[in-house]
Amino acid sequence: MITIKLDDYVGSFAEDKDIAKDIREKTINPALSKGEEVTLNFLGVTLATQSFIHALISDLIRTRGADVLDSLIFQNCNEAIEALVNVVCDYMQDDIEENG
Amino acid sequence: MKIHLPNSAFLGNIESFISKADFADQSRLDISVNPKWVSVHPVVLAATAALALECHEKDVLISVDDVAPKSLPYLVRMGLYDFLRKDPPQDIQAHEESGRFIPLRRVASGNELTAFITDMIPLLHASPKNVDPIKYVVSELIRNVIEHSGSTVNAIICAQYFKKTKRISIGVADRGVGITESIRQSHTAIDDKAALNLALRPGITGTTARIGGTEYNAGAGLFFTRSIAKASQNFFLIYSGSAYYKQLTKRSIHSGQLKLFADPFLDPCTVKSDAPNWQGTLVGIDIAAEGSSIFSHLLDEIRSAYTSEIKRRNNKNYKKPRFK
Repeated sequence: MITIKLDDYVGSFAEDKDIAKDIREKTINPALSKGEEVTLNFLGVTLATQSFIHALISDLIRTRGADVLDSLIFQNCNEAIEALVNVVCDYMQDDIEENG
Repeated sequence: MKIHLPNSAFLGNIESFISKADFADQSRLDISVNPKWVSVHPVVLAATAALALECHEKDVLISVDDVAPKSLPYLVRMGLYDFLRKDPPQDIQAHEESGRFIPLRRVASGNELTAFITDMIPLLHASPKNVDPIKYVVSELIRNVIEHSGSTVNAIICAQYFKKTKRISIGVADRGVGITESIRQSHTAIDDKAALNLALRPGITGTTARIGGTEYNAGAGLFFTRSIAKASQNFFLIYSGSAYYKQLTKRSIHSGQLKLFADPFLDPCTVKSDAPNWQGTLVGIDIAAEGSSIFSHLLDEIRSAYTSEIKRRNNKNYKKPRFK
Protein backbone atom coordinates (compact mmCIF):
# COMPACT_ATOMS: atom_id res chain seq x y z
CA MET A 1 0.00 0.00 0.00
CA ILE A 2 1.18 3.52 -0.73
CA THR A 3 0.06 6.81 0.78
CA ILE A 4 0.15 10.08 -1.13
CA LYS A 5 0.11 13.14 1.08
CA LEU A 6 -1.46 15.69 -1.19
CA ASP A 7 -0.50 18.83 0.68
CA ASP A 8 3.13 18.04 -0.12
CA TYR A 9 2.19 18.72 -3.74
CA VAL A 10 -0.55 21.37 -3.61
CA GLY A 11 -0.48 23.05 -0.22
CA SER A 12 -3.83 23.86 1.37
CA PHE A 13 -5.72 24.59 -1.86
CA ALA A 14 -5.82 21.74 -4.39
CA GLU A 15 -6.66 23.43 -7.68
CA ASP A 16 -3.76 22.80 -10.07
CA LYS A 17 -4.95 20.18 -12.56
CA ASP A 18 -1.48 19.66 -13.98
CA ILE A 19 -0.25 18.53 -10.57
CA ALA A 20 -3.30 16.26 -10.22
CA LYS A 21 -2.54 14.68 -13.58
CA ASP A 22 1.12 14.18 -12.63
CA ILE A 23 0.18 12.48 -9.37
CA ARG A 24 -2.27 10.23 -11.19
CA GLU A 25 0.08 9.25 -13.99
CA LYS A 26 3.35 9.00 -12.09
CA THR A 27 2.23 7.61 -8.76
CA ILE A 28 -1.34 6.32 -8.57
CA ASN A 29 -1.56 4.47 -11.86
CA PRO A 30 1.75 2.60 -11.50
CA ALA A 31 0.83 1.55 -7.95
CA LEU A 32 -2.59 0.31 -9.03
CA SER A 33 -0.99 -1.60 -11.89
CA LYS A 34 1.14 -3.43 -9.33
CA GLY A 35 -2.02 -4.35 -7.40
CA GLU A 36 -1.32 -1.96 -4.56
CA GLU A 37 -3.92 -0.04 -2.58
CA VAL A 38 -3.50 3.73 -2.76
CA THR A 39 -4.37 6.11 0.07
CA LEU A 40 -4.94 9.72 -0.92
CA ASN A 41 -4.30 11.66 2.28
CA PHE A 42 -5.86 15.13 2.23
CA LEU A 43 -4.53 16.15 5.65
CA GLY A 44 -3.62 19.84 5.42
CA VAL A 45 -5.70 20.39 2.28
CA THR A 46 -8.59 22.67 3.23
CA LEU A 47 -10.14 23.15 -0.20
CA ALA A 48 -10.10 21.44 -3.59
CA THR A 49 -11.83 22.24 -6.84
CA GLN A 50 -13.97 19.77 -8.72
CA SER A 51 -11.55 20.20 -11.63
CA PHE A 52 -8.65 19.02 -9.45
CA ILE A 53 -10.51 15.96 -8.14
CA HIS A 54 -11.64 15.19 -11.68
CA ALA A 55 -8.09 15.34 -13.02
CA LEU A 56 -6.92 13.19 -10.11
CA ILE A 57 -9.37 10.28 -10.33
CA SER A 58 -11.77 10.46 -13.29
CA ASP A 59 -9.49 8.67 -15.73
CA LEU A 60 -8.86 5.90 -13.19
CA ILE A 61 -12.60 5.21 -13.03
CA ARG A 62 -13.03 5.50 -16.80
CA THR A 63 -10.15 3.21 -17.73
CA ARG A 64 -10.22 0.75 -14.81
CA GLY A 65 -13.95 0.75 -14.05
CA ALA A 66 -15.76 1.62 -10.84
CA ASP A 67 -14.05 -1.27 -9.04
CA VAL A 68 -10.94 0.87 -8.85
CA LEU A 69 -12.67 2.57 -5.92
CA ASP A 70 -12.01 -0.61 -3.92
CA SER A 71 -8.31 0.14 -4.28
CA LEU A 72 -8.49 3.83 -3.35
CA ILE A 73 -8.86 5.27 0.13
CA PHE A 74 -9.65 8.96 0.61
CA GLN A 75 -8.19 9.91 3.96
CA ASN A 76 -8.68 13.05 6.10
CA CYS A 77 -11.10 14.71 3.69
CA ASN A 78 -13.10 17.58 5.12
CA GLU A 79 -16.81 17.74 4.28
CA ALA A 80 -16.31 19.90 1.18
CA ILE A 81 -13.63 17.66 -0.31
CA GLU A 82 -15.67 14.55 0.53
CA ALA A 83 -18.65 16.10 -1.30
CA LEU A 84 -16.49 16.78 -4.35
CA VAL A 85 -15.09 13.24 -4.40
CA ASN A 86 -18.65 11.93 -4.25
CA VAL A 87 -19.74 14.18 -7.15
CA VAL A 88 -16.89 13.05 -9.38
CA CYS A 89 -17.35 9.36 -8.54
CA ASP A 90 -21.09 9.62 -9.28
CA TYR A 91 -20.84 11.30 -12.66
CA MET A 92 -17.96 9.12 -13.80
CA GLN A 93 -20.07 6.05 -13.10
CA ASP A 94 -22.85 7.74 -15.09
CA ASP A 95 -20.32 8.07 -17.87
CA ILE A 96 -19.55 4.34 -17.73
CA GLU A 97 -23.28 3.53 -17.78
CA GLU A 98 -23.84 5.77 -20.76
CA ASN A 99 -20.71 5.21 -22.83
CA GLY A 100 -19.33 1.94 -21.58
CA MET B 1 -14.82 50.89 -30.50
CA LYS B 2 -16.64 52.76 -27.76
CA ILE B 3 -16.99 52.13 -24.07
CA HIS B 4 -18.96 54.27 -21.69
CA LEU B 5 -18.35 54.06 -17.95
CA PRO B 6 -21.79 55.01 -16.69
CA ASN B 7 -23.02 56.33 -13.38
CA SER B 8 -23.96 52.83 -12.31
CA ALA B 9 -23.44 49.41 -13.90
CA PHE B 10 -23.61 46.37 -11.66
CA LEU B 11 -24.84 42.96 -12.69
CA GLY B 12 -28.46 43.88 -11.97
CA ASN B 13 -28.30 46.83 -14.39
CA ILE B 14 -25.33 45.81 -16.54
CA GLU B 15 -27.40 46.77 -19.59
CA SER B 16 -26.44 50.39 -18.89
CA PHE B 17 -22.88 49.39 -19.84
CA ILE B 18 -23.61 46.87 -22.59
CA SER B 19 -26.18 48.97 -24.47
CA LYS B 20 -23.74 51.85 -24.95
CA ALA B 21 -20.75 49.73 -25.93
CA ASP B 22 -19.67 49.38 -29.54
CA PHE B 23 -16.89 46.93 -30.38
CA ALA B 24 -17.25 47.02 -34.18
CA ASP B 25 -14.80 49.67 -35.42
CA GLN B 26 -11.42 48.41 -34.21
CA SER B 27 -9.41 51.33 -35.57
CA ARG B 28 -9.65 53.24 -32.27
CA LEU B 29 -11.04 52.99 -28.75
CA ASP B 30 -12.98 55.90 -27.27
CA ILE B 31 -13.75 55.70 -23.57
CA SER B 32 -16.29 58.11 -22.15
CA VAL B 33 -16.80 58.57 -18.44
CA ASN B 34 -19.79 59.84 -16.48
CA PRO B 35 -18.54 63.23 -15.26
CA LYS B 36 -20.21 63.06 -11.85
CA TRP B 37 -19.84 59.56 -10.49
CA VAL B 38 -18.84 56.12 -11.77
CA SER B 39 -19.80 53.08 -9.77
CA VAL B 40 -19.40 49.85 -11.71
CA HIS B 41 -19.03 46.12 -11.26
CA PRO B 42 -15.48 44.73 -11.56
CA VAL B 43 -16.47 42.99 -14.81
CA VAL B 44 -16.86 46.44 -16.43
CA LEU B 45 -13.35 47.43 -15.38
CA ALA B 46 -11.92 44.06 -16.43
CA ALA B 47 -13.55 44.40 -19.87
CA THR B 48 -12.22 47.93 -20.29
CA ALA B 49 -8.72 46.92 -19.22
CA ALA B 50 -8.69 43.87 -21.52
CA LEU B 51 -9.75 45.97 -24.48
CA ALA B 52 -7.12 48.59 -23.66
CA LEU B 53 -4.38 45.96 -23.45
CA GLU B 54 -5.34 44.59 -26.83
CA CYS B 55 -5.32 48.11 -28.31
CA HIS B 56 -1.80 48.67 -26.97
CA GLU B 57 -0.65 45.42 -28.54
CA LYS B 58 -2.13 46.42 -31.90
CA ASP B 59 -1.04 50.07 -31.71
CA VAL B 60 -4.63 51.22 -31.71
CA LEU B 61 -5.29 54.76 -30.46
CA ILE B 62 -7.11 55.06 -27.13
CA SER B 63 -8.83 58.25 -26.07
CA VAL B 64 -10.33 58.80 -22.63
CA ASP B 65 -12.65 61.59 -21.52
CA ASP B 66 -10.69 64.17 -19.58
CA VAL B 67 -13.19 64.32 -16.77
CA ALA B 68 -12.77 63.63 -13.08
CA PRO B 69 -15.84 62.12 -11.46
CA LYS B 70 -15.88 62.11 -7.67
CA SER B 71 -15.17 58.40 -7.77
CA LEU B 72 -11.96 58.94 -9.75
CA PRO B 73 -9.82 57.76 -6.79
CA TYR B 74 -11.59 54.42 -6.99
CA LEU B 75 -10.86 54.04 -10.72
CA VAL B 76 -7.23 54.97 -10.14
CA ARG B 77 -6.79 52.60 -7.22
CA MET B 78 -8.37 49.79 -9.22
CA GLY B 79 -5.53 50.29 -11.69
CA LEU B 80 -7.68 51.32 -14.63
CA TYR B 81 -5.47 54.21 -15.73
CA ASP B 82 -2.38 51.96 -15.53
CA PHE B 83 -4.00 49.61 -18.03
CA LEU B 84 -5.05 52.55 -20.19
CA ARG B 85 -1.48 53.91 -19.95
CA LYS B 86 -2.94 57.34 -19.30
CA ASP B 87 -2.40 59.82 -16.51
CA PRO B 88 -5.58 60.34 -14.51
CA PRO B 89 -7.10 63.79 -14.95
CA GLN B 90 -6.26 64.62 -11.32
CA ASP B 91 -3.54 63.53 -8.93
CA ILE B 92 -4.79 60.99 -6.45
CA GLN B 93 -3.31 60.29 -3.05
CA ALA B 94 -2.31 56.66 -2.81
CA HIS B 95 -3.97 54.44 -0.21
CA GLU B 96 -3.16 51.04 1.09
CA GLU B 97 -5.20 48.27 -0.56
CA SER B 98 -6.95 47.13 2.55
CA GLY B 99 -10.09 45.17 2.75
CA ARG B 100 -12.12 46.65 -0.05
CA PHE B 101 -10.84 45.72 -3.47
CA ILE B 102 -8.42 43.75 -5.58
CA PRO B 103 -7.00 45.97 -8.35
CA LEU B 104 -6.93 44.86 -11.96
CA ARG B 105 -4.40 42.13 -12.59
CA ARG B 106 -3.31 40.23 -15.69
CA VAL B 107 -2.97 36.49 -15.05
CA ALA B 108 -1.16 34.42 -17.68
CA SER B 109 -0.32 31.09 -16.03
CA GLY B 110 -1.19 28.64 -13.30
CA ASN B 111 1.66 29.96 -11.16
CA GLU B 112 0.38 33.52 -11.52
CA LEU B 113 -3.09 32.29 -10.60
CA THR B 114 -1.75 30.70 -7.43
CA ALA B 115 0.06 33.93 -6.57
CA PHE B 116 -3.08 35.97 -7.26
CA ILE B 117 -5.22 33.83 -4.96
CA THR B 118 -2.58 34.01 -2.24
CA ASP B 119 -2.47 37.81 -2.51
CA MET B 120 -6.22 38.22 -2.84
CA ILE B 121 -7.56 36.50 0.23
CA PRO B 122 -6.04 38.67 2.98
CA LEU B 123 -7.05 41.82 1.12
CA LEU B 124 -10.71 40.87 1.15
CA HIS B 125 -10.79 40.49 4.95
CA ALA B 126 -13.44 37.81 4.55
CA SER B 127 -13.98 35.31 7.33
CA PRO B 128 -12.31 31.94 6.70
CA LYS B 129 -15.60 30.11 6.13
CA ASN B 130 -16.53 32.59 3.42
CA VAL B 131 -13.19 32.47 1.65
CA ASP B 132 -13.61 28.99 0.14
CA PRO B 133 -16.25 29.81 -2.49
CA ILE B 134 -14.27 32.88 -3.55
CA LYS B 135 -11.05 30.92 -4.03
CA TYR B 136 -12.97 28.22 -5.80
CA VAL B 137 -14.65 30.57 -8.28
CA VAL B 138 -11.48 32.51 -9.07
CA SER B 139 -9.55 29.31 -9.72
CA GLU B 140 -12.19 27.83 -12.02
CA LEU B 141 -12.74 31.04 -14.00
CA ILE B 142 -9.09 31.86 -14.53
CA ARG B 143 -8.17 28.27 -15.44
CA ASN B 144 -10.93 28.35 -18.06
CA VAL B 145 -9.25 31.35 -19.66
CA ILE B 146 -5.73 29.94 -19.44
CA GLU B 147 -6.72 26.55 -20.86
CA HIS B 148 -9.40 27.31 -23.42
CA SER B 149 -9.47 30.95 -24.53
CA GLY B 150 -6.25 31.55 -26.44
CA SER B 151 -6.54 35.13 -25.22
CA THR B 152 -3.59 37.29 -26.25
CA VAL B 153 -4.15 39.50 -23.20
CA ASN B 154 -4.52 36.43 -20.96
CA ALA B 155 -7.06 36.79 -18.15
CA ILE B 156 -7.83 40.17 -16.62
CA ILE B 157 -9.38 40.01 -13.17
CA CYS B 158 -10.38 42.36 -10.39
CA ALA B 159 -12.67 42.16 -7.38
CA GLN B 160 -14.39 44.35 -4.84
CA TYR B 161 -15.90 43.84 -1.42
CA PHE B 162 -19.13 45.73 -0.70
CA LYS B 163 -19.46 46.13 3.03
CA LYS B 164 -23.07 47.34 3.04
CA THR B 165 -24.46 44.45 1.03
CA LYS B 166 -21.85 41.99 2.37
CA ARG B 167 -20.97 40.66 -1.02
CA ILE B 168 -17.84 40.19 -3.09
CA SER B 169 -18.00 40.97 -6.79
CA ILE B 170 -15.52 39.44 -9.20
CA GLY B 171 -14.97 40.26 -12.86
CA VAL B 172 -12.92 38.28 -15.38
CA ALA B 173 -12.33 39.27 -19.00
CA ASP B 174 -10.46 37.77 -21.92
CA ARG B 175 -10.05 38.52 -25.62
CA GLY B 176 -9.84 34.94 -26.79
CA VAL B 177 -11.80 32.73 -29.15
CA GLY B 178 -15.03 33.00 -27.19
CA ILE B 179 -17.48 30.38 -25.99
CA THR B 180 -18.99 29.57 -29.38
CA GLU B 181 -15.74 28.65 -31.14
CA SER B 182 -14.60 26.70 -28.10
CA ILE B 183 -17.85 24.70 -27.83
CA ARG B 184 -18.04 24.12 -31.60
CA GLN B 185 -14.81 22.13 -31.48
CA SER B 186 -16.95 19.21 -30.30
CA HIS B 187 -20.61 20.22 -30.31
CA THR B 188 -23.19 21.79 -32.59
CA ALA B 189 -24.26 25.26 -31.56
CA ILE B 190 -26.28 27.26 -34.03
CA ASP B 191 -25.43 30.61 -32.47
CA ASP B 192 -23.78 32.32 -29.50
CA LYS B 193 -26.88 31.89 -27.34
CA ALA B 194 -26.99 28.14 -27.97
CA ALA B 195 -23.27 27.88 -27.23
CA LEU B 196 -23.74 29.65 -23.88
CA ASN B 197 -26.50 27.23 -23.00
CA LEU B 198 -24.18 24.27 -23.66
CA ALA B 199 -21.18 25.78 -21.86
CA LEU B 200 -23.21 26.33 -18.70
CA ARG B 201 -24.51 22.76 -18.54
CA PRO B 202 -22.67 20.22 -16.40
CA GLY B 203 -20.60 17.68 -18.29
CA ILE B 204 -20.21 19.59 -21.55
CA THR B 205 -16.82 20.84 -22.67
CA GLY B 206 -15.47 21.94 -26.01
CA THR B 207 -12.63 19.44 -25.70
CA THR B 208 -14.80 16.38 -26.39
CA ALA B 209 -18.25 15.43 -27.65
CA ARG B 210 -18.43 12.88 -24.86
CA ILE B 211 -20.72 13.93 -22.00
CA GLY B 212 -18.63 13.86 -18.83
CA GLY B 213 -15.59 15.38 -20.47
CA THR B 214 -12.05 14.12 -20.79
CA GLU B 215 -9.49 13.03 -18.23
CA TYR B 216 -8.51 16.69 -17.92
CA ASN B 217 -11.76 18.62 -18.42
CA ALA B 218 -15.08 17.72 -16.86
CA GLY B 219 -17.02 20.63 -18.33
CA ALA B 220 -18.40 21.46 -14.92
CA GLY B 221 -16.55 24.62 -13.88
CA LEU B 222 -19.14 27.11 -15.10
CA PHE B 223 -21.99 25.00 -13.72
CA PHE B 224 -20.39 25.01 -10.27
CA THR B 225 -19.64 28.73 -10.54
CA ARG B 226 -23.18 29.77 -11.41
CA SER B 227 -24.49 27.40 -8.73
CA ILE B 228 -22.37 29.13 -6.09
CA ALA B 229 -23.88 32.49 -7.09
CA LYS B 230 -27.37 31.05 -7.11
CA ALA B 231 -27.00 29.44 -3.70
CA SER B 232 -26.30 32.83 -2.14
CA GLN B 233 -29.02 34.53 -4.21
CA ASN B 234 -26.58 36.60 -6.19
CA PHE B 235 -26.09 37.43 -9.85
CA PHE B 236 -23.96 35.58 -12.39
CA LEU B 237 -23.21 36.98 -15.85
CA ILE B 238 -21.47 35.44 -18.84
CA TYR B 239 -21.09 37.39 -22.08
CA SER B 240 -19.45 36.07 -25.23
CA GLY B 241 -19.91 37.02 -28.87
CA SER B 242 -23.26 38.68 -29.29
CA ALA B 243 -24.99 36.83 -26.47
CA TYR B 244 -25.07 37.15 -22.73
CA TYR B 245 -26.71 35.17 -19.97
CA LYS B 246 -27.55 36.74 -16.65
CA GLN B 247 -28.73 34.47 -13.87
CA LEU B 248 -31.05 36.42 -11.65
CA THR B 249 -31.11 36.42 -7.88
CA LYS B 250 -34.40 34.64 -7.41
CA ARG B 251 -33.78 31.35 -5.64
CA SER B 252 -35.79 28.40 -6.91
CA ILE B 253 -36.83 26.35 -3.94
CA HIS B 254 -38.14 22.85 -4.37
CA SER B 255 -39.22 20.81 -1.36
CA GLY B 256 -37.31 23.19 0.90
CA GLN B 257 -34.06 22.72 -1.00
CA LEU B 258 -32.16 24.78 -3.50
CA LYS B 259 -33.17 23.69 -6.98
CA LEU B 260 -30.37 23.74 -9.51
CA PHE B 261 -31.16 23.12 -13.15
CA ALA B 262 -28.70 21.56 -15.57
CA ASP B 263 -30.29 23.66 -18.33
CA PRO B 264 -29.32 27.23 -17.38
CA PHE B 265 -32.26 28.71 -19.25
CA LEU B 266 -34.66 27.03 -16.80
CA ASP B 267 -33.23 29.14 -13.99
CA PRO B 268 -34.60 32.66 -13.56
CA CYS B 269 -32.46 34.53 -16.07
CA THR B 270 -32.12 37.15 -18.76
CA VAL B 271 -30.70 35.98 -22.08
CA LYS B 272 -29.90 38.33 -24.95
CA SER B 273 -28.55 37.43 -28.36
CA ASP B 274 -28.25 40.87 -29.96
CA ALA B 275 -25.60 42.46 -27.78
CA PRO B 276 -22.53 44.22 -29.24
CA ASN B 277 -20.12 41.50 -30.32
CA TRP B 278 -17.51 40.89 -27.58
CA GLN B 279 -14.57 38.91 -28.92
CA GLY B 280 -13.73 36.61 -26.03
CA THR B 281 -15.61 36.10 -22.81
CA LEU B 282 -16.66 38.24 -19.85
CA VAL B 283 -17.75 36.74 -16.56
CA GLY B 284 -19.15 38.66 -13.61
CA ILE B 285 -20.24 37.09 -10.37
CA ASP B 286 -21.39 38.23 -6.95
CA ILE B 287 -20.86 36.01 -3.92
CA ALA B 288 -22.13 36.48 -0.38
CA ALA B 289 -19.21 37.47 1.82
CA GLU B 290 -21.05 36.59 5.00
CA GLY B 291 -23.87 34.33 5.99
CA SER B 292 -23.63 32.01 3.03
CA SER B 293 -24.40 28.37 3.63
CA ILE B 294 -21.55 26.08 4.54
CA PHE B 295 -19.62 25.32 1.36
CA SER B 296 -19.82 21.56 1.85
CA HIS B 297 -23.63 21.79 2.06
CA LEU B 298 -23.67 23.75 -1.14
CA LEU B 299 -21.55 21.09 -2.81
CA ASP B 300 -24.00 18.43 -1.64
CA GLU B 301 -26.81 20.43 -3.24
CA ILE B 302 -24.81 20.68 -6.45
CA ARG B 303 -24.26 16.94 -6.29
CA SER B 304 -28.01 16.37 -6.07
CA ALA B 305 -28.52 18.58 -9.12
CA TYR B 306 -25.74 16.75 -10.90
CA THR B 307 -27.22 13.33 -10.25
CA SER B 308 -28.10 12.44 -13.74
CA GLU B 309 -31.17 11.10 -15.36
CA ILE B 310 -29.11 7.98 -16.11
CA LYS B 311 -28.76 7.20 -12.43
CA ARG B 312 -32.37 8.04 -11.67
CA ARG B 313 -33.63 6.06 -14.66
CA ASN B 314 -31.67 2.96 -13.82
CA ASN B 315 -32.14 3.41 -10.08
CA LYS B 316 -28.49 2.53 -9.84
CA ASN B 317 -26.62 2.24 -6.60
CA TYR B 318 -23.22 3.36 -7.65
CA LYS B 319 -20.07 2.22 -5.90
CA LYS B 320 -19.14 4.63 -3.12
CA PRO B 321 -15.65 5.97 -2.54
CA ARG B 322 -14.05 4.82 0.72
CA PHE B 323 -13.29 7.56 3.25
CA LYS B 324 -11.10 7.13 6.31
